[in-house]
Amino acid sequence: MNFDTLVRELLGAPDEGPLSSLPYARTLGLSYRRDADGIVIIMPFSKDLIGAPNRLHGGTVAGLLEIASIAQLVHVLGREETAPGVKPINVTVDYLRAAACETTYAAAIVTRMGRRIANVRAEAWQGDRSAPVASAHMNVMLVRE
Amino acid sequence: MNILLKPIVDGFLNFVPHVKALGLGFRAIGDNWAELTLPYAEHLVAYPGDDGAPGIIASGAIFSLMDSVGGMAVVAKSKRMVRQATLDLRIDYLRPAEPGKTVIGRAEVTKLTRAVAFVKGIAHDGDPDDPVALMTASYMFTAGAKS
Repeated sequence: MNFDTLVRELLGAPDEGPLSSLPYARTLGLSYRRDADGIVIIMPFSKDLIGAPNRLHGGTVAGLLEIASIAQLVHVLGREETAPGVKPINVTVDYLRAAACETTYAAAIVTRMGRRIANVRAEAWQGDRSAPVASAHMNVMLVRE
Repeated sequence: MNILLKPIVDGFLNFVPHVKALGLGFRAIGDNWAELTLPYAEHLVAYPGDDGAPGIIASGAIFSLMDSVGGMAVVAKSKRMVRQATLDLRIDYLRPAEPGKTVIGRAEVTKLTRAVAFVKGIAHDGDPDDPVALMTASYMFTAGAKS
């Protein structure tokens, strides 16, 4: 997947707002907030996110974690003069707790920024940031012209 | 289809809200495997095409497809409705799905223990020998667990 649209949306955008240019992000109802550490992605509860009764579908949390990872990568790369394209190579999600039917947040850190590959870790949480519902790590390819 | 599994499959497709939101469809189910479809849809796109042409669907949508079909493979192998939760799931994104094409997810239970099911799968868009994504996952049984 190519995230050029997300890159364009986040670079030079205000400090918070909906992720409205990506149809899949709209489907999940995502918005973002920029703080001192980078980008937090917010997924308010909606009925369409439910998997099992009173639980979010694991795929929605994975989608949120992927987008938080890419958004943080874009945020960090934004400091470079010509931002490379980004393509996910893989993602691994660990489900730590059942995700309740409430707002879910996710944020990521870039653990290593190479020339061709970036390693990113992300966590998703609900009420209590110190009790994450899921964590993820991703390898992302950086496509430099 | 195994007659015991039909109501479970029907319930899954008709009553799980996110499965309906994604538009997942049933394709096949066997002894230890299942296949679901993810038809191309505009609201799943992450990379829009030029001038309204179909775009590339989000990797997150493929993740949801594989999580769902993995759970169904566990039901297929267990031969009954089992309460389960995904423990971990890894996806390798080999290539983008072709714009406009239905993505098919297939998952197979490699090993079933009392507590955990080990599952592997692929996603493809027509040719299983040219997959879009590979999946490895484990699911834990939650009946009797405290959440």
